[in-house]
Amino acid sequence: MAEYVIRFLVGGVVVSAFAMLGDLLRPKSFAGLFGAAPSVALATLGIAIYQHGATYAAVQSEAMMAGALALAVYSVVVCQLLVRARLRALPATLLSLVVWLVVAVGLLKLAGGAT
Amino acid sequence: MMPVRISPSSLREGRWYEYLVRFALGGGATVFAGLISSYFGASIGGLFLALPAIFCASATLIETHEIRRKRQAGLAGEQRGKKAAALDAAGAALGALGLLAFAMVFSLTVTTSISGAFIGASLAWLVVSVAAWSVRRKTRVVRRRASIAHRVGGSALSRSR
Repeated sequence: MAEYVIRFLVGGVVVSAFAMLGDLLRPKSFAGLFGAAPSVALATLGIAIYQHGATYAAVQSEAMMAGALALAVYSVVVCQLLVRARLRALPATLLSLVVWLVVAVGLLKLAGGAT
Repeated sequence: MMPVRISPSSLREGRWYEYLVRFALGGGATVFAGLISSYFGASIGGLFLALPAIFCASATLIETHEIRRKRQAGLAGEQRGKKAAALDAAGAALGALGLLAFAMVFSLTVTTSISGAFIGASLAWLVVSVAAWSVRRKTRVVRRRASIAHRVGGSALSRSR
């Protein structure tokens, strides 16, 4: 239980710090870079190394590459849904999570990582 | 010259509960990634290190702030809000390339040096993200100039006829 409380606090602090940095910067397209900052990764990989060692964290970061490519596809889909389909931000970002999941798992399977 | 600037007034637009929501989402996403790793293994869990959970909140907040600002000026602002969120999403797509670089550098270096992996991967994220944003911006400027030149050339031609 204590482990998950620490995860929650560390994750919350790191994510909030990157989000506030993004809020401070202009133009908006540059601030958007911080929407894909490695905030959850920094918190999780640090804890993973402490608990399981460097090799475990290396496996996680290898799989993270598929997640990052899926995030690029996700962001483009969100952009299109906002501009062309004229959806509001919340439904556009939530609906596109399906795209992220399908692309991420598909890429991992292609790379042979989920076997 | 790069037109990146700091706008401290943007922080004043946020409300306390919005920061609380982001803190909770960030903490929740980190706990979720940990739970997935312990149930399904490091490989599946690693995917969730790039989960766009926080992006949903950020894009919604950007849209809300833009609409609020436009309403204060007596305008509807829905369209402007969507455009602002779309710009943020375009930036996130470029940031995702940086995230890919982060993961690559981290996986290659972590078994050699842990602190070196964190520093190197963070630098890789920053350099690749800023470079991608800069290239995209320059490409858009060149395209816009070409389009203006084309329009000006076209209207001059029709006037001469």
